[in-house]
Amino acid sequence: MTPALALDDVGFGFPGRKVLEGVSFAIAPGEFVVVLGPSGGGKSTLLRLVAGLLEPSSGQLRIAGAEVRGPRRDVGMVFQKPTLLPWRTALDNVLLPAGFSRGASATERARAQELLAAVGLPDAASLYPAQLSGGMAQRVGLARMLLHDPDLLLLDEPFAALDAMTRERMTLLLQELWLSRPRAALFVTHSIPEALLLADRVIVLAGRPGRIQVDWRVDLPRPRRPETMADPAFNEMALALRREFDLVAA
Amino acid sequence: MTRLFPPLVTLVLILGAWQFATGPGGLPSYLLPAPWPVAWAIWDGLVGGAFWPHLGFTLTATLTGFAIGSVSAILVGALVAESRLFERFVYPYLVAIQAMPKVALAPLILVWFGFGLASKVVLVALICFFPLLVNTITGIRGADRDLVEMARSFSRSPAFVFLHVKLPAAAPGIMAGLQIGIVLALIGAIVGEFVASDRGVGYLIGSATVNMNVTAMFAGVLVLAAVGMAGSAIIRALHRRVVFWEADPRLPPPSEG
Repeated sequence: MTPALALDDVGFGFPGRKVLEGVSFAIAPGEFVVVLGPSGGGKSTLLRLVAGLLEPSSGQLRIAGAEVRGPRRDVGMVFQKPTLLPWRTALDNVLLPAGFSRGASATERARAQELLAAVGLPDAASLYPAQLSGGMAQRVGLARMLLHDPDLLLLDEPFAALDAMTRERMTLLLQELWLSRPRAALFVTHSIPEALLLADRVIVLAGRPGRIQVDWRVDLPRPRRPETMADPAFNEMALALRREFDLVAA
Repeated sequence: MTRLFPPLVTLVLILGAWQFATGPGGLPSYLLPAPWPVAWAIWDGLVGGAFWPHLGFTLTATLTGFAIGSVSAILVGALVAESRLFERFVYPYLVAIQAMPKVALAPLILVWFGFGLASKVVLVALICFFPLLVNTITGIRGADRDLVEMARSFSRSPAFVFLHVKLPAAAPGIMAGLQIGIVLALIGAIVGEFVASDRGVGYLIGSATVNMNVTAMFAGVLVLAAVGMAGSAIIRALHRRVVFWEADPRLPPPSEG
């Protein structure tokens, strides 16, 4: 089967500074992969290469078998900051990939409403971003990512700026959305618990330039819950990842 | 009411001081006329109709020049901000012209465009062009890079990104540029009328100077002050409507939910 995403010896850098080197891995359709790593390890760069926002200096990236040449309609992305347009309503922000309410088809408009309900904001359609809390804004971001029902999800530390409680709730919401239709996902974070709540596979990216240090399967049963964090298997894995981190940091 | 009270007190104090200064033993009326003759001159000019053609001329010059200058500033600003090539060929000269006091060009513009309305419009357009140009460029360049990247990641075209991300991001700056521009526009029109004209409030003030008619000069200046304040207030109201998303006190504060 063609992988949803395949990276082959991908490198990226500026003259005099390499950010990524020799990164190779593949994501199967329906597989949730979390990339863990310290700040400055090239995680965000990796995501931007996959999104077609940056071009690799070496190697190849393929989405569903086709080389990445730029942003694609079948890829949805969420960013660390909510990145909502302050001059557009929540509904219009969800419809941005379709050209707002005016450019969108009736199906797209209906789907945007459904998605707002699915992320827990059934009444927020006409609110402006200034009226939304950080967590609500990021929910709108999740709905926007899903508008065109993408086959590949890219998430760049989407919950990093939220308080701990909201963050955990959002992580579980993301899992729920993903479980309703599992698809390939590449989720970047530096939180080990977040990684283990979401991942089928965890990749640790670290070093200068960033390389893959670890590529482990996470075989915890789904749906994962807050109680999963008390599971011995969860803790064992978290500790092992911690050790890998410390090795890299040393 | 309570908001209007303090400035009204100040106004009464100023008028009182003015009246006192022009009273017995005060300044002679050919230097400073008393408030009442000035008020009468304004009343007479407005009701008698003598002011209106001049006011109409000045307003036409100001608003036409303001419109032309503003539209071209936004267009050129967008080109400079979006096109490296255009910036490299044109921007150094725009900076050079900006550094020059445009009022100094007034005599030359009068020679080129005649003593009528056209020369005033050109001068006004030139004067309000540059502040808005600079604000437009900084506004578009200052658009949140994360928002631009987000729109690109969703396969939005450069035209879409410009129209729906960069231009709205520049709107507060553009509105501030218009605010500066409307005041400068009035200055431009008056300077143009001072230099050479047979109409306009600037011409009225100028000819009153020749006759040492200080009362008429005061009347003209006060009318201009009213026009300038009205223009400013209109742009401010427009600003609040256009840039509604900036700190709108009517929006309830968000709560985590």
